[in-house]
Amino acid sequence: MLSAKDLTKEYLSGASKLAVLKHVSFDIPQGSFVSIVGPSGSGKTTLLGLLAGLDAPSGGTVTLDGVDLTRLTEDERALLRGEKVGFIFQTFQLIPTLTAIENVQVPLELRGERGAAERATLLLKRVGLGDRMDHFPTQLSGGEQQRVAIARAFSNSPRILFADEPTGNLDGETGARIVELLEELNRESGSTIVIVTHDLMLAQRAGRMIRLKDGAVVEDVTR
Amino acid sequence: MSPQNSRWTYIANLAWRESRTARRRLLLYMSSISLGVAALVAIDSFASNVQASIRTQAKDLMGGDVSFTYNAKVPASIEKILDSLNTPGTPVAKIVSFISMASDTRSGGTRLAQIKAVGAGYPFYGEIRTAPDGQWARLQSGPYAIVDAALLIVLDAKVGDTLAIGFMKFPIIGTITSMAGQSDASLMMAPRVFVPERYAAETQLIGFGSRATYEWLIKLPPSTNVTKWSVPLRPKFQNEHVRMTTVVQSENNIAESVKQLADFLGIVGLIALLLGGIGVASGVNAFVTRKIDTVAVLRCLGATSGQVLAIYVAQAAAMGFIGAVVGVSLGIAIQFTLPLAIKDFLPVDVRVALDAKAIGMGLAIGVWVALVFALRPLLALRRVSPLQALRRDAAALETARVHDIPTHLVNIALVGSILLLAFERAGNLRRGALFAAGIGGSMLVLWLSAAGLSWLARKMVTPRWPYVIRQGVANLHRPANQTRTVVLALGFGAFLVSTLYLVQSNLLKQFEITAAQSKANLIFFDIQDDQRAGLDSILAAQGQHALGYTPIVMMKVAGVNGRTIPQWSAANAISVSSWVWRREFRSTYRDTMVATEKLAAGKWFGATHLPDSLSELSLEQSVAAEMHVKVGDIIAWDVQGVKVPVQVTSLRDVNWGRFEPNFFAVFTTKALRGAPKQYATVAAVPNDSIIATLQRASVTRFPNISSMDLSLVRRTIGQIVEKVSLAVRFLALFSLAMAIPVLFSAVAATRRDRLREGVLLKTLGATSAQIARILLSEYALLGTLGALTGMVLSFAGAWGLVRFIFDGTFAPALLPAFMIAFIMMALAIAIGLLTSRDVFKETPMAALREQ
Repeated sequence: MLSAKDLTKEYLSGASKLAVLKHVSFDIPQGSFVSIVGPSGSGKTTLLGLLAGLDAPSGGTVTLDGVDLTRLTEDERALLRGEKVGFIFQTFQLIPTLTAIENVQVPLELRGERGAAERATLLLKRVGLGDRMDHFPTQLSGGEQQRVAIARAFSNSPRILFADEPTGNLDGETGARIVELLEELNRESGSTIVIVTHDLMLAQRAGRMIRLKDGAVVEDVTR
Repeated sequence: MSPQNSRWTYIANLAWRESRTARRRLLLYMSSISLGVAALVAIDSFASNVQASIRTQAKDLMGGDVSFTYNAKVPASIEKILDSLNTPGTPVAKIVSFISMASDTRSGGTRLAQIKAVGAGYPFYGEIRTAPDGQWARLQSGPYAIVDAALLIVLDAKVGDTLAIGFMKFPIIGTITSMAGQSDASLMMAPRVFVPERYAAETQLIGFGSRATYEWLIKLPPSTNVTKWSVPLRPKFQNEHVRMTTVVQSENNIAESVKQLADFLGIVGLIALLLGGIGVASGVNAFVTRKIDTVAVLRCLGATSGQVLAIYVAQAAAMGFIGAVVGVSLGIAIQFTLPLAIKDFLPVDVRVALDAKAIGMGLAIGVWVALVFALRPLLALRRVSPLQALRRDAAALETARVHDIPTHLVNIALVGSILLLAFERAGNLRRGALFAAGIGGSMLVLWLSAAGLSWLARKMVTPRWPYVIRQGVANLHRPANQTRTVVLALGFGAFLVSTLYLVQSNLLKQFEITAAQSKANLIFFDIQDDQRAGLDSILAAQGQHALGYTPIVMMKVAGVNGRTIPQWSAANAISVSSWVWRREFRSTYRDTMVATEKLAAGKWFGATHLPDSLSELSLEQSVAAEMHVKVGDIIAWDVQGVKVPVQVTSLRDVNWGRFEPNFFAVFTTKALRGAPKQYATVAAVPNDSIIATLQRASVTRFPNISSMDLSLVRRTIGQIVEKVSLAVRFLALFSLAMAIPVLFSAVAATRRDRLREGVLLKTLGATSAQIARILLSEYALLGTLGALTGMVLSFAGAWGLVRFIFDGTFAPALLPAFMIAFIMMALAIAIGLLTSRDVFKETPMAALREQ
C-alpha cells in the first residue's frame, strides 16, 4: 500500500517560498489503478516525484509497504525503487545507447539478478516486440519505444508503477493500445498503477481519479 | 557467483554497453594524455637505453679500467710510480693527445686535428674497426697514422698518402670506421689522427709550451675491485694534481649528464601530460552534461550514486587506458627514431630496446592522470537528480555540498599527484617544489585572467555595440560559460610551446651573436718569438696581415696569500684536486682591456700603487671564485720553475663565446715580459681559398704553428645549432599538436549550449553569417586572451630557465612569441567554429526536435 500524509512541497522563488503541493493526503491500496489529473501547474508531476521517492517533500510523509520514504537517504530510496517501483515517462526515457532488450534488462542488472536476458525477452514478446529486441531506441517508433518502456517498468515485477503522461507523445490510436496493455499487465501482475495525465478519457479508465488544483486535492473519486 | 559479485559484473557490462556511442568522443578527450604519455615513455625509455649502453660500454669508452691524466709533462716521481704499475698482470698504455695541424703532402690540404699518440695495447677494451680491415693491429709496427674518414675528405687525401704532423711524416694506413666514444659533433670540430706514441716526440710538438695531455690507461685483472684498488693510490696522485679516474667514476659521470638531460626533457613531458589532464577534465565535463538524462533514468530505475559513478569511472578508466596505450605506442615509436636524430651528440652507441619500467610507468601515470582529472567532473554525476527524468528543467547537477568528502579526496589526489610527479621528474625536492609552484602559479594567473575577462565582458558591453559582437562578448560571462576552461587550456598550451621556443632561441642566439661579432676568421697559435717575422711575410704574400700578436705564458698556481695549495684548499674548503690547481694556465700580459672583457671588480692596471716587488693581475671572475680569491689577495705563480707573486687588483667578466684569444689571468707587461712565451694571432682573411693557402704555407714553413679556420668553426657550430633547433622545433610542434585535442575537449564542454543557442537564434531569424560573427567574436576574444597570457607567462618561464638552469642572459624574442600566440589564437577560432558547424548545417526544426 502507498500512503501520502500531509504532503507539502515548497520551492524558494527569490526570497519568497512557493508552495507547489499543500497538505496532500491519501492512501492507495495494493493492485489499484489510480489516475492523478489536473491542469498545468497543479502539482501533478511534483506529487508523482514525491510518491515515487524521486524527491524529498518539504513536509509530510510517503509510506510504501510500510516504509517511510522520507526517512531514507537518496541511495536507499534508489534501492527501494529498483526493488519495488516501475516508471513510464511521457518521453519514454529509454537509454539511447542501449538496445531494446538491454534497456529492459537494466533494472534487473542493477540488482545483480540472474536471468535478466530471459525475463527481458519474455516481456518484450509480451508487449509485441519479440522481433525488435536488438533495435536501438532511435530505430523504433514512439509507440514501440513506449512498449519497451512498459516492458522495462515491469521487468522487476514492481509493487507499484508510476506513469507520467504515458500517452502524451503518442497519437490517439497508439495511446489507446498502450493503455490497454497497461491494464492487461496490471491485471496479470497485481501491481498498483498510478498515472498522471491531462487526458480525461485515459484518467476515467482508472478505478480511482484524484484531481489536483493549485497543489491541493480537490476531488478523489472511486468508481 | 554471489549477488554482490554478479551485480558488479552487470555494472561492468552496462558500462561497456552504455558507452557505445560515446566511446569515440570519450577516446578523443582521453587522447589528450596520449602525447604526454608518449613523451614520458620516449624520454624514459631512451634515457634507460643510453644508461644501459653506458654501463656496457663504459670500459670501451675509457679503453681501460683506470686512467691517470695530467696536462703537462709529468714529474719524474709520478712517471716512476706509473711505470711501477706496469706489470704483466696490469698492462699500462700511454696516450699523448694534442692539437696540431695535419697536412697531406700530396694534395697540400691542411686541417687542425686531434693527434692521439697511443701506446701499444691501447685500447684494452673495445674494438676499433678500420677500413681497410685490420689496420689497427698494424699501427704500432711503424710511423703510421690511422685517421677519421672526415679528415681525408677535408684534406682531399686518401689512404696511402703521407700526413705531415709537426716535423714528422706518417703514411696513412687506414680510416676509423667504428670506435667507442667521441660523438660526431666533436669530430666535426677536429678530426682524430692516431699515431704510435713512440713517435710523438719526433713531431717536436710536445715540448715547451705545448697543450699536450698525458694519459696512462691501466687494465686490471678481471676480478679486481677497481674502486678498492684505486683508494691507496689516490693521495699520491692528488698531491701532484694528476687526475685519476676509474671506469666506475667515468660511467657515473656520463650517466649523470645523461640523467640531467633526461630530467629536463622529463619535465617537458610532464607539463605535456598535465596539459593533457586539463584536456581530459574539460572533455569529461562535456561528456557529463550529455549523460545527465541517462543518469536520471538509471537513478529512477534504482541505480545508487555509487553504481552510477562506477559505470562512468569504468568507462573513463577504459578509455584512459586506451589513450595511455596509444601514448605508449607512440612513445616507443619515438624512442626508436630518437637515436637516428641525435646520434651525433651521444657518447655511446645506443642499443634501443623496449624498457618495461618506462612502459609500465608511462601506462600507470597516463591512466592515473586521466582518471584523477576525469574524476572531478564525474563526481558531479552522483548528484544528478532522478527528477530530471520527469522534469528537464530541474537543477540537473545539484550544487556540490561544501563538505563533500569525495570531492575533497579527489582534490587532494589531484594536487598530490601533481606534486608527486613534479618531485619524481625534477629529481630533487627543491626543484620539484619550484616546478610545482611554477605550474600552480601559471594556472592561477590564467584562471585570474579568465575571471578578469568575464568580469570585463560583463562591465564593458554597452547597447551601442553591434548585436553580434554584444552577443559574442556576453557569452564570456553568461552562466555555464567556457571562458575559464578555454583560457586555461589555450594559455597553458601557448605557455608550453612559447617557453620551449624562447629557451631554444636564447641559448642558440648566444652562439649566433658571438660567431657573427668577430671579424677575424683565421687564428694562428703556438708561434715562437722568432717565427713572427716569417709568419708576417707569409701573410703579406697574400696581401693579409696579423691583427696584433698576443703573448702566451704557461704557468701553474703555486700558492695563495703565502700559503701552499693544500693549506689554502683546506682553509677554504676547496678540493685539493680542483681543476684550478691542476690546470696549466695559458696567461697573457697587456696593459689595456679588450672588447670581450668587462671589469667586474677592482681597478684596471695602473690605478693601484704597489711596491716594486709586486706586479698586478686581473683574474676572470669564475676562476677567482673557484680559487676563493678576491681583489687584494696575492697569488704565487709557478712560471716554468720561477715563482712570480702578483696581487689581484681586478676581476673581469669575459665573453668566452667570441672566437678571440681570451684569458683567465691577465698580467701587467712588467710582470711577464721576460718570461718564456709563445704567441697567438688572428687575421681577417677575405675568402676560403686564401685561408687554405695561408694554412698550407705556414704549416710547410713552421710545422709547429697551428691554425684554425674560424669560418669553418662557425659553419660547424651553425650545423650543430641547426640540429638542436630542429630537435626543439620538433618538441614545440609536438606540444602544439597536443594542444589540439585539449582545445577540442575544452570547447566541447559548452558545445551543446552553443548549438541550442545558435539554433534558437536561427529560429528567431538570425542568418548563418550573424551566428558565425557571434561565435567568431567569442572565440577571438578567448583565443587572444589565452594566447597572450600564455605568451607573457612563457617570458617569465623562459627567463627563469635561461637564467637559473642554463646560466645565460635572457632576451625576449617578441616576434616569434607573437607568432606562436597568433597560431594558438587561430587554432582556438578554428576549433571553436569547427565544433559549432552543426549550427550552420542543421535546420532549426531538426535541431529543436532534438531538444
